[in-house]
Amino acid sequence: MSDQIQLYEVFIRSSRGLDHKHVGSLHADDAQQALEYARDVYTRRGEGISIWVVASKDITASQESDCDSFYDPLDDKPYRHAAMYELPEGIDSL
Amino acid sequence: MKLHDPLTRYVVRLGDDALIMGHRLSEWMSKAPFLEEDIALSNVALDFVGRARLFYQYGAELMGGEVTENTFAYQRDVRDFTNLLLCELPRGDFAFTLSRQFLYDAFSLPFTQALCNSTDSRLAAIAAKAEKESRYHLRRSRDWMLRLGDGTAESHERCQNALEQLWIYTDEMFERDALLDGLIASGIAVDPASLRSTWLETVTETLHAATLVLPEPQGGVTGGRKGIHTDDLGFLLAEMQFMQRAYPGLQW
Repeated sequence: MSDQIQLYEVFIRSSRGLDHKHVGSLHADDAQQALEYARDVYTRRGEGISIWVVASKDITASQESDCDSFYDPLDDKPYRHAAMYELPEGIDSL
Repeated sequence: MKLHDPLTRYVVRLGDDALIMGHRLSEWMSKAPFLEEDIALSNVALDFVGRARLFYQYGAELMGGEVTENTFAYQRDVRDFTNLLLCELPRGDFAFTLSRQFLYDAFSLPFTQALCNSTDSRLAAIAAKAEKESRYHLRRSRDWMLRLGDGTAESHERCQNALEQLWIYTDEMFERDALLDGLIASGIAVDPASLRSTWLETVTETLHAATLVLPEPQGGVTGGRKGIHTDDLGFLLAEMQFMQRAYPGLQW
């Protein structure tokens, strides 16, 4: 079995209304098993109510070397940033 | 240590099943085929040890005096343990451990479901917690039966061999003895014989899906409920009880 084992990325939603967050990765034989292991490895202390697993090979990631062309041009366009808004009292996540 | 009260004997019996099963599973810690499975197996082991504690704590309350949950776990000898022989068999290879787990989980789920209806409210409460765990355990061990049975030629053969070796120990789960007769009549205990058809259905369906063959019926081996065990339980206890035997009353 170990020759077919593959890597999965695990995303957990900790409570209703929040989004899924990447928590780590694990090895499994297939997606179903990855889901079960995610439960055992990442939710032992009641961290989540919903789990996603995605085969790591299916993720297309940006490269460090792309930083210049990807992000820097945004720096001089402050009007695109929502930084001046203040969150009302009692709202932690929007 | 001799127990007389029927309810206490029943509670401790259920605790023994859980503790010995949990200990056998815990032997895989750091030795499972890969990290994720190591953690998953350890989780199941912890579920069983936790279940044993709930039963033993109840038993200790029923006994009163100096008796605690640890008394049952660490200060009794082989003949005092009344667990199923199935639980104490050495862990064997991975296929053996998971086959044992599957055969037991397929029993444990309907058992804990039935125990939820016990007229003893404390037992019913323990069962309600255990039932949720058993549902997950069965899902996991059934999944492994499918993977191993329908996996490679070697995993199939190891799994089939394990089932053949384990089969004679399965009858004991459904055994009804004099202790149970009285407790079943008062609605406290579950009649395990009534669970056999459900169990066989689950096992037959799973083994078929896993391309495994249901072993031929053979005469069952029993004795665990009377304290008559395999040699292996002695070695298990020697390891498990060593610290408390060497340093009585030692605390963490």
